[in-house]
Amino acid sequence: MNRQISRVALFTLVMLAALVVATTYWQTWASGGLAARQDNEIQRVAQFEIKRGLILAADGHTVLASNVRRKRGGQNLYFRTYPAHGLASQTVGYSTQSRSRAGIEREENSYLTASNKSLSTIFHTLGDRLRGATITGNNLVLTLRPGAQRIAQNALAGKCGAAVALNPKTGAVYVMASAPTYDPNLIEKPKGYAKIQQTHAPCSPAAPLLNRATQGLYPPGSTFKTVTAAAALDDGVFTPQSTFNDPGYCTEYGKQVKNALDQSGGAEAFGHVNFVDSYVHSINAVFCMIGQKLGAQRVLDESKKFGFYSTPPLETPTDARSPSGLYNGTNLFNPRNANNQVDPGRLAFGQERMLVTPLQMALVAAAIANGGKVPTPRLVKEVRAPGGGVIAKLHPRTWKQATKPATAATIRDMMVQVVQRGTGTAAQIPGVTVAGKTGTAELSANSKNYDAWFIFFAPAENPVVAGAVLVESQPNGFGGAVAAPIARQIMQAILPPASNSKSGTNGH
Amino acid sequence: MTARNKELGYLVAVSGLTAVGFASVYIARRALVSWGSLGYAAFFVALYLAAHLIARRTVPNADPYLLPMAGFLTAIGLTEIYRLGPDNAFKQGLWIVVGLALFAAALIGLRRDYRVLESYKYLFGIGAIALLFLPRLPGFGTTVNGARLWVHVGGLQFQPGELAKISFVVFLAAYLREKREVLAQGRLKDFGPLLLIWGATMLVLVATNDMGSGLLYFGIFIAMLYIATGRVSYVAAGIGLFAVGGYFAAREVSHIQERVTVWLHPWTTHKVFCPLTGTYALRQDCQSYQIVKSLYSIANGGWLGSGLGKGTFTTTSGTPLIPYVNTDFIYSALAQELGLIGASALLLVFMLFVARGMKTALQVDDGFSKLLAAGLTFGFAVQTFIIVGGVLRIIPLTGITLPFVSYGGSSIVANFLVLAGLLLVSNRANSQI
Repeated sequence: MNRQISRVALFTLVMLAALVVATTYWQTWASGGLAARQDNEIQRVAQFEIKRGLILAADGHTVLASNVRRKRGGQNLYFRTYPAHGLASQTVGYSTQSRSRAGIEREENSYLTASNKSLSTIFHTLGDRLRGATITGNNLVLTLRPGAQRIAQNALAGKCGAAVALNPKTGAVYVMASAPTYDPNLIEKPKGYAKIQQTHAPCSPAAPLLNRATQGLYPPGSTFKTVTAAAALDDGVFTPQSTFNDPGYCTEYGKQVKNALDQSGGAEAFGHVNFVDSYVHSINAVFCMIGQKLGAQRVLDESKKFGFYSTPPLETPTDARSPSGLYNGTNLFNPRNANNQVDPGRLAFGQERMLVTPLQMALVAAAIANGGKVPTPRLVKEVRAPGGGVIAKLHPRTWKQATKPATAATIRDMMVQVVQRGTGTAAQIPGVTVAGKTGTAELSANSKNYDAWFIFFAPAENPVVAGAVLVESQPNGFGGAVAAPIARQIMQAILPPASNSKSGTNGH
Repeated sequence: MTARNKELGYLVAVSGLTAVGFASVYIARRALVSWGSLGYAAFFVALYLAAHLIARRTVPNADPYLLPMAGFLTAIGLTEIYRLGPDNAFKQGLWIVVGLALFAAALIGLRRDYRVLESYKYLFGIGAIALLFLPRLPGFGTTVNGARLWVHVGGLQFQPGELAKISFVVFLAAYLREKREVLAQGRLKDFGPLLLIWGATMLVLVATNDMGSGLLYFGIFIAMLYIATGRVSYVAAGIGLFAVGGYFAAREVSHIQERVTVWLHPWTTHKVFCPLTGTYALRQDCQSYQIVKSLYSIANGGWLGSGLGKGTFTTTSGTPLIPYVNTDFIYSALAQELGLIGASALLLVFMLFVARGMKTALQVDDGFSKLLAAGLTFGFAVQTFIIVGGVLRIIPLTGITLPFVSYGGSSIVANFLVLAGLLLVSNRANSQI
């Protein structure tokens, strides 16, 4: 019988070995796929056993996200609470049972749950595990300034729009506001999510969850002339002294493209003007001619040097950041031969199919402020271990080189004049040299509603803040009248008090 | 070193592991459990030392690995049951005492010559049927999880099917030892009593809706018949019949049909009819809920597992994620907390146990002992495969306990008897030399 017993023994051992193989399959190959499944609650539950790190504003004590402990089945579970009730909601995001995660809460999840690969975190987490203690995540200190953020949100309240302000040298984002906003604490409440989606706003859809600052796409209008000007000056095709004759319109494909209506309602004609004045007074007809001379390809190439056609780096999820550029419908359109496919005149003053995010326009302003270098925008100033030690710190980086330093200096002076004597006078701050550019983007040929823009930086001599303000769909809303005053408030909140109080000594 | 001293050494190692296991559960769940948990480890060590002393007196030459491996499996099971619900661990502890008492009784009673059992073979055969039939008696049995497998005696629940399995193996070993030559010739009339008792057990199992045990008894029958006769054609015929029967059952019997569907397609992307609620739902939220949650649990373990006591078995509101987690699905719980490394180690211990049992069958020199050891070992292996394979979706899921590990008194008691049987045979094998 021994021959049979040996065979049966072999058979049983192979059978049991198959169990090892199957276990290996489920725990290695298949585990990722199973973990990602919607009905897999384990992943969702396990994350609530971790005490997530706090999210703090730049001042280090304004808490944007913290935890409440609840005992469930004798076990400590930690749920998120957002004590700032809607301050920078779209940027901070949320981490909930019902809607998973968004924003920084999602992108920086590994730091917040102490599952990042930094040596000290691994050491600490291992210690917590061995002691059976609750795993505590690392705290994030953001670059957002709570005061300025609140001022921006209040200024945008009741409107649809966005504001971004950052340090043009370090890329530290001081303000990232998107209106309408929402209270993330509502998400876990019964019917709270539906309530958020029913938010009333003067735009449709109101989409309060959308981070308009990084995700919203809008025609840039005349703010784009900054990019066109950079293209024109960088190659030396034009100089600040180049002169033009402005008849009030520009002829494109045999049709007249008229200048924007001025604040009194009629199409202006400026006659003989130089390059600087056409920028300061934002004359479409002149920029139309500049665009025709440069060609659409050259203007698009210049825009790419500012970051267009790339997704700007930031510590928010990639799908919450849009690249700027020409769009065909909802698709980014990167023409192979732009000179045949794109209308250069209308592109030059920010119409055509050009769509941009407020963040990208803030980066254009930052590049001019920073001698032509586009800084890498950053939201996280510091990552701190629960014990207080700093694990990671913001390191200022240059994202792209947009223009020559000389070109940036020239455009800077032009932007200063926009605020001193041009379309952006509403942004003036006594005692501070403010630089800016207005934009008033047509939404459609017949609409009297415009997207109002203002891009800015200050103080012009040594900029510490640059940014962009966008207000959606304003009836007769010119950038200079609607967006520039909001920008001024934001700058005043960020600039050190000394430069705010020097009023009268060297102001205009 | 003598076999018993070796055994004692391994038991000391197992005791150390047990202490580490309970300590880690204690550390991980300090909020919930007290230092008393370590008392379980001490209690456990004392029990197995007692088992060792009994073995030392009754089966001095028996295999030194079987008892420590059984101890290891019981310890892992008890630790995990304790982690999932300390109250159940206390009951399980009591059942281990009962199992140990029967283990001692079997060793002491049969230490001279267990082959006396051979003369009572028909008693064992009929006993197996009677035990299986017990839950069907009105006022006696209860239905749990759709199958009528339990009897209530006083306040205790007992699953007599576990003991029936051992009776069945003893009957087969005795009957086949006597008739193996004539059976090998393939005359139908010699099969009479065999087919009668086998057929009756299968009938009872089908009637009680106990598919897992049905498969187990079938497997034991085919394997022992093959070992006795050496006729591959019997195996082929048996598997052929099983395949045909299984095919029609899967097509015609709705209960079995559903199990196969759940096994093949546990996830759906559109809603299907859900007989539990009478509405339409995704299958993973209805019929295949158990297997799907179990797979999520296993997958969550990854390479190293979450650690004993650190697994996730309840939702954030405290409701259990995996049903029957300490009986049918204990492997999913262990795989999550111990990870691939721990789960594989556990399966390796099962394999080693099977290897030692089969080695015993090879070494012993008489037919009844060979068949008994091989039958008990094969039953142990197939039972492990049926439940773990079901949990891992290798085969359709049928509820059956994981030997030594799952929560359940009858299972513990029956497996202690299997262990006693293997030690007796092994003692005989090693005493002959």
